[in-house]
Amino acid sequence: MANKATGGHKVTRRQVLKGAVATATAAAGSHITGFPTVWAQNIKDIKLVQAGGSYSAIIDIGRQATKDLGFQVEMQSAAHDALLNRFVTQPNSVDIADMEYFFLYHLVPRGVLHTIDLKKYRWWDKVVPIFTKGEYPDGRKVSRQGVLPFKVQYVDNPESKKFAKDQTRWATAIPTVYNADTLGIRPDLVKRPIEHWHELLNPEFKGRSAILDVPSIGIMDAAMAIESRGDVKYGDKGNMTKEEIDKTIKILVDAKKSGQFRAFWTTFDESVNLMAAGEVVIQSMWSPAVTAVRARGIPCYYVPLKEGYRAWASCIAPMKHLTGLKLDAAYEYLNWYQSGWQGGFIAKQGYYSSVPETAKKFLTDDEWGYWYEGKAAKNDIKDPYGNLMEKAGQKRDGGAFWERMGKVACWNTLMDESRYMVRKWNEFVAA
Amino acid sequence: MGTGGAILRLAGHPLQAMRPQPLGTSRVTRTPYLLVAPLTVVLIVFFGIPLVLVVVVSFFDLDKFDIIPTFVLTNYAEVFGSSLTYALYAKTITYALIVWAITLVIGFTVSYFLVFHVRSVLVQMALFLLCTVPFWTSNVIRMISWIPFLGRHGLFNQSLIAVGITDHPLEFLLFSNFSVVIAYVHLFSLFMIVPIFNSMARIDRAVIEAAVDGGASRARVITEIVIPLSKTGIALGSIFVIALVMGDFFVVKIMSGGQSSSVVAAMSNEIAILQYPPAAANAVCLLIIVMLMVAAIMRLVDVRRELSG
Repeated sequence: MANKATGGHKVTRRQVLKGAVATATAAAGSHITGFPTVWAQNIKDIKLVQAGGSYSAIIDIGRQATKDLGFQVEMQSAAHDALLNRFVTQPNSVDIADMEYFFLYHLVPRGVLHTIDLKKYRWWDKVVPIFTKGEYPDGRKVSRQGVLPFKVQYVDNPESKKFAKDQTRWATAIPTVYNADTLGIRPDLVKRPIEHWHELLNPEFKGRSAILDVPSIGIMDAAMAIESRGDVKYGDKGNMTKEEIDKTIKILVDAKKSGQFRAFWTTFDESVNLMAAGEVVIQSMWSPAVTAVRARGIPCYYVPLKEGYRAWASCIAPMKHLTGLKLDAAYEYLNWYQSGWQGGFIAKQGYYSSVPETAKKFLTDDEWGYWYEGKAAKNDIKDPYGNLMEKAGQKRDGGAFWERMGKVACWNTLMDESRYMVRKWNEFVAA
Repeated sequence: MGTGGAILRLAGHPLQAMRPQPLGTSRVTRTPYLLVAPLTVVLIVFFGIPLVLVVVVSFFDLDKFDIIPTFVLTNYAEVFGSSLTYALYAKTITYALIVWAITLVIGFTVSYFLVFHVRSVLVQMALFLLCTVPFWTSNVIRMISWIPFLGRHGLFNQSLIAVGITDHPLEFLLFSNFSVVIAYVHLFSLFMIVPIFNSMARIDRAVIEAAVDGGASRARVITEIVIPLSKTGIALGSIFVIALVMGDFFVVKIMSGGQSSSVVAAMSNEIAILQYPPAAANAVCLLIIVMLMVAAIMRLVDVRRELSG
């Protein structure tokens, strides 16, 4: 695996350079860094600060980028709300914004991001069409409920603060990691098959179910459950009307008062502990959290449900204040980011890369088969740090890449009525 | 302050006469101003200016993407017009009062024991330091360690079942008001113990001896000597505990399993989606309410006078 990765990496590295700096081609063979000397000397002093969630602004990725690129990439991780506040109020303290797609709703109109010229980005035609076209490879449209990345992917010109309706040369951000989320269950305690989102509200699991206490995401999981039970038919779960919010919150408050929920969790670890301790047997969860429970030897299953998944996607974008050499370095970095190393790294944590074919070079056939193709693992599956994630013989819950990403029902979101929604959510939590 | 001071205070004499004259009052000097300058600068820059900004922003308007610098009262109208506000304050103040009452009893009894029942000063200090042992680890860890203890399959429930007191795990122990109060009491008791211990330790034993010689019962000694002379400590401890509980959102969020809310938790949800003006309006209201509570305590006990005594 190590040999393969290094081999693949060298090739990719050269390709990146060819694409990005035309003059670099000549130097690539003879020079170690691949940069013309002037470049190489100036570039040493450059440092890019990337701020993002703990699941994507991973220190190892920064370290590898620093090693491959010859300039420094520093990773800083923080929670969603802290990040959003920082990008808006102190945009100059960050060079690369690493965020969920719905952040773009806040950031693009405020003009804090640099619009990406796709002519300088080498992988765009290799990016999964969910992002570039809002479609699946077979041409089916992806669900537009919530913030489908395609809706905020393009602008018409570099200075525009409005999203473009169609594909253009100007991208707001480059897609990075994403996944399809669903409910996690304890099969040993639930003791029967679970097929629908409404089981979250089933009195059978009274006092043993949980949802996520991040208003904008929690309400989506709730809406999936409520719609699946047939109580409310939403126009767009990702952009509810006030009336829909009222109905949703009322059902949640009633469920809460009847003692349906054991807890509302906010952090990854909380969700793992709730499940592992048996406080909760069915809850909204993130894929690596399910694996973390299983890694403790406790059965946990990330159930594929009939109504589909709630998907989320992260992206990175340079900040507006970057200019000159630093901006060039940022483009270099974007190209490096999708060249495979990062994609291979996060695949081993259960996330998908937006350019799977480069990520594949950094995975063994067995790992690729397990994570992307839904095949049974031939050997034990390890995380990037070598810890056991799954025993040989296991298959990924929900199956192959397109079986999971092909069934997206809605996307993480920012609603027009978000102010009202947060107030109602506060009422729900206080009820 | 010696015996005289305590007796004088008991007798209700004004203390002004007892106060040492401030140094250098006779001549004009810049020394006092220089002494307070660093603190003044720090307070203005890191407290005064941000606070003014919060007040200013609380009158701003906002649409989906931008904060609009103008003067509107909609944020306050929303705060006062929403039943949520009253529910949140009712909840937070209830927590504050319950925690205050419990920590007061604990603080008073622990201090009383340390001051009046432990003879050796060495043992007294050792026991006092023992009270601070939990503070050697972080707040978060102290709080979170309750979770595996109180959980459905936690130590406490398992012990209860093993002993046969109950046949099914008690669910109210965790992720409930009960667990929130337990965590608060655990976290904040020391803030009550320290000031009460401090003021009790300064009570002159001769006063108590005199009272006992005069035939006073223990209860009377406590109500008529110990409590009045510990008033400062009680007031200071109360201010700490009440302000801490009123301003908390983390403990309530974790220990209630997110099922209960507080004033600040609601604010933090607003800030999470960049709604600064309504959050600022909420913050100003909370500030005023906490200040009123502190002012009420200060009115009951003149902390400054007692401290200088």
